[in-house]
Amino acid sequence: MAARVDIGFWFPALALGVSFLKCLFINAYHSTDFEVHRNWLAITHSLPVSRWYHENTSEWTLDYPPLFAWFEFGLSHVAQHFDRNMLQVENLNYASPSTVLFQRLSVIFTDVVFIYAAKECCRCVQEQKGSRDVLNRPSFVLAVLLLWNFGLLIVDHIHFQYNGFLFGVLLLSVAKHLQVQTSVSSDFVSTKLCSQHLQGALLFAILLNLKHIYLYVAPAYGIYLLRSYCFTQDNKDGSIRWMSFSPLRLLALGSIVVSVCALSFGPFIAMGQLPQVLSRLFPFKRGLCHAYWAPNIWALYNVLDKGLAVLGVRLKLLEEAELPRASMTGGLVQEFQHSVLLSVSPSATLVCTLLSILPAVASIWLRPCGARGFLRCLLLCALGSFMFGWHVHEKAVLIAILPLSILAVESREDARIFLVLTTTGHYSLFPLLFTPTERPVKVSLMLMFTIFSFTGPLLRPLEVVYLLGLVVVAIACEVVFPLSPWQQRLPFLPLLATSVYCSVGVCYSFLRLYVRLLQRDDKPKQL
Amino acid sequence: MKTWSLVSICVLLGVVVRWGVSLNSYSGAGKPPMFGDYEAQRHWQEVTYNLPLQEWYFNTTDNDLNYWGLDYPPLTAYHSWICAYVAKIINPDWVELHKSRGYESPTHKLFMRTTVLVADLLIYIPAVVLYCLYLTDGSSKKKISTLLCFLLYPGLILTDYGHFQYNGVSLGFALWGILALGLGWDVSGSMAFSLALNYKQMELYHALPFFCYLMGKCIKAGPMGRGLFLLVRIAATVLATFALCWLPFLSDPSQALQVVRRIFPVARGLFEDKVANTWCSLNTLIKIRSILSGDSQLYLSLACTFLAVLPSSFRLLTKPTFWHFKLALVNSSLAFFLFSYQVHEKSILLAALPVCLLLNDLPLIAIWFLQASTFSMLPLFLKDGLLVPYVVTSLAFLFFSLYLLSALDHCSEDELRMGAYNKLLFFLPKMDLACVVRWKFYISVAVMAVLSIVSIALVPPPHLPDLFPVLVSTTAFLHFFGTFVYFNVVQFSEPPSRKSQKKNN
Repeated sequence: MAARVDIGFWFPALALGVSFLKCLFINAYHSTDFEVHRNWLAITHSLPVSRWYHENTSEWTLDYPPLFAWFEFGLSHVAQHFDRNMLQVENLNYASPSTVLFQRLSVIFTDVVFIYAAKECCRCVQEQKGSRDVLNRPSFVLAVLLLWNFGLLIVDHIHFQYNGFLFGVLLLSVAKHLQVQTSVSSDFVSTKLCSQHLQGALLFAILLNLKHIYLYVAPAYGIYLLRSYCFTQDNKDGSIRWMSFSPLRLLALGSIVVSVCALSFGPFIAMGQLPQVLSRLFPFKRGLCHAYWAPNIWALYNVLDKGLAVLGVRLKLLEEAELPRASMTGGLVQEFQHSVLLSVSPSATLVCTLLSILPAVASIWLRPCGARGFLRCLLLCALGSFMFGWHVHEKAVLIAILPLSILAVESREDARIFLVLTTTGHYSLFPLLFTPTERPVKVSLMLMFTIFSFTGPLLRPLEVVYLLGLVVVAIACEVVFPLSPWQQRLPFLPLLATSVYCSVGVCYSFLRLYVRLLQRDDKPKQL
Repeated sequence: MKTWSLVSICVLLGVVVRWGVSLNSYSGAGKPPMFGDYEAQRHWQEVTYNLPLQEWYFNTTDNDLNYWGLDYPPLTAYHSWICAYVAKIINPDWVELHKSRGYESPTHKLFMRTTVLVADLLIYIPAVVLYCLYLTDGSSKKKISTLLCFLLYPGLILTDYGHFQYNGVSLGFALWGILALGLGWDVSGSMAFSLALNYKQMELYHALPFFCYLMGKCIKAGPMGRGLFLLVRIAATVLATFALCWLPFLSDPSQALQVVRRIFPVARGLFEDKVANTWCSLNTLIKIRSILSGDSQLYLSLACTFLAVLPSSFRLLTKPTFWHFKLALVNSSLAFFLFSYQVHEKSILLAALPVCLLLNDLPLIAIWFLQASTFSMLPLFLKDGLLVPYVVTSLAFLFFSLYLLSALDHCSEDELRMGAYNKLLFFLPKMDLACVVRWKFYISVAVMAVLSIVSIALVPPPHLPDLFPVLVSTTAFLHFFGTFVYFNVVQFSEPPSRKSQKKNN
């Protein structure tokens, strides 16, 4: 398994094909995130650094970490050759054709990082021997799953965001760790090991300073590097050997992380703006759930609360007048009061999240299963935070879906979980594109991706029934509901149904992944 | 992976690309007073919905034929009428008589685009899928690759989903006809083709090969007995289909006559705009239109067209095999495009369809021609604001068809069916043909690329405002003429492939 997988001519073909497809969506609908990023271009281009995190002409203030601001600063220098007017802070909601072209192309071109990362990941997967057909090779399947990922396509290239480039950095860092494992057998183990781990750590530190949502998976990184990099040897039974601790390695690791953060936050600390920056990065004033509920535990919790309230009123246990009135998914009311169950505070979600990822983190500390064990832990951290986090966006499910693709092409068991998670997770992204014009695109792309992923009879009957239920939900929400009389009275009903139905699947996948991890604990070192 | 899942992925990809193109502008968007083909189609809905059938083709107070009067055969009119019914349910403003002229809104655009997609999904795409699965040779992977390239042909996508037309319907019917003939169902094939003819009169470009193929088959089966019986059945089917389509207009001979007059507008001149055919290209050297009178122009073009079609038709008549049929379709439609009267640049799609059928047999030449045909419509696409989709789909088609069909590896003398050339050109020194063809291809693609960039980026000199369109059309004309000669020679050389014949017998 030491040899790197041969990437044929098909990889560039896949990458080129999807890039062409992205170009076709230039004139498609774009969300307010388009204006958000245009505004950031304007802020970073026309204002001094000290004003970046204070500027609030637009309601879409800069709320990503400083490295991303610098990234926008770099982009703005290209942007001025397209249309100078987009770089003025006062030009709110400015979207001239050349602005649209520039912004769309910037996403498409920065995706080169993602393409490169996908290529590196494809090189790390284990190939089955004897499968001649390209279409059945794990590396080919992985390339399609990553490059043609439905969620990434619609979120980045229609809805508008820069996730491709950020995921590229994440996957590249994951690939670095995976490469460590594949090159263990070679002679120059220690030097190579060092550099790969450190490169992975460096990339992740950069990523954290580009977008802080990746804090979700930071525990996995921290523990894994500490355990498998700073301790050079294990005992025979796989448990930790305390004597093998290498302070030098810890120092190297620490200095990398600290220097990246210093580079990013240093100027703002020097200007005494750290509290301001942090208040922009972590806006806890927002509600438990986003305007459209992400399919997580809190969606189920909210529905349970609502259901109990209705039941209580019916059974005359509760007075209707006493209940707090709030439209839950209207998007206007940020704070939502639960009427029967306990209201959830940010700190409660934090505790829940930490508790949910604790077993995963503990397991890689106690029994590290190499880089794949780390990847599994990373997934659980991502999903755990998605399940229990405060004000989670539905798009965050991609942090789990993309890395899971790597595991899915290697084992049937993981592929099963992958199918359930991607199908529900991707379907939960449907409400992002609510305009009728984009409907054929989202449906066709989703079908394409799903048909490609379903290659064999992997699922259990119940899972099949659940996934077929998605079709029913889709038809009900997209076709039947707009024609029904409830359209006026309960406009949020389809969103609610979608997120509740999908949250069941996401919860299920989360539990299955945990079961997989704990099963592996019994039989360590088995891959 | 199973074949069905690959097929559905290809079809879905085709749909996504089509819809991606349709997000862009259409012909005549926001350009009063005449707008463009989009408004023409909308106007036909308005006319057919509101007026009695007897007035559709006549100039009346309610039907101004000078404003996009209906000039396609009855099936188009019925199609508009059906669409108008749906439009009426969604929003009556879209088809209101007189008041809806020049109606434009995002929802209406969505509706119009959807009608094109629905028609395509019902007629064109299934025919393509079936053709590629049942009538092409090779492994299932090869078939799927052909299918993908066929579906992604940019010329048709850009005209139907960008510019706005319903070519998919008439071409789809013709393809159903070809498919049926290929499978040996001659009667249903001729019915499908009659429907195509009744949707767009331009399908006449394909009529001669259909006629010669079926005639040749009948003769081969014995002019008396079985052959005659087949002929009678086919003739009856065609007549019945025509009668059915024209039924409402047959009650009054003046009605039918008026429809025919609308469909064949002889008064419009030898050619319009810049079209890549012989007359327009010749026009840069000799001003034919000022030398010859209108009538003699008509006769000249008729004679030339007849002469150009004659060889391939004759050959097909004597050798009615499916392989020759496909080649004759290309030759006939190209002959019509190059020499006939009143040709539009979009008519090249009629030649492109049979060339698509040859993607599997002669990949390089087919790709080359298809690329040139898309390129020939560049001025039109630029006028409609379709620059980005044009660039993206052309590049994607070029790259993927070359890669998937490994076209550049299949250009030996044998694979290009060029044996006859060497016999013809025996006096030239022997060269490595594959290498020559490959280099010609590279140069031609480079020329097309440069001309595309030049027409996009540069402003023409003031005394030659049409410089770039003329250059584009002349370049495209050279390609088309070369392809025309090539396919004629191929049709006259012995078919080296066994399978395409076997399938037929």
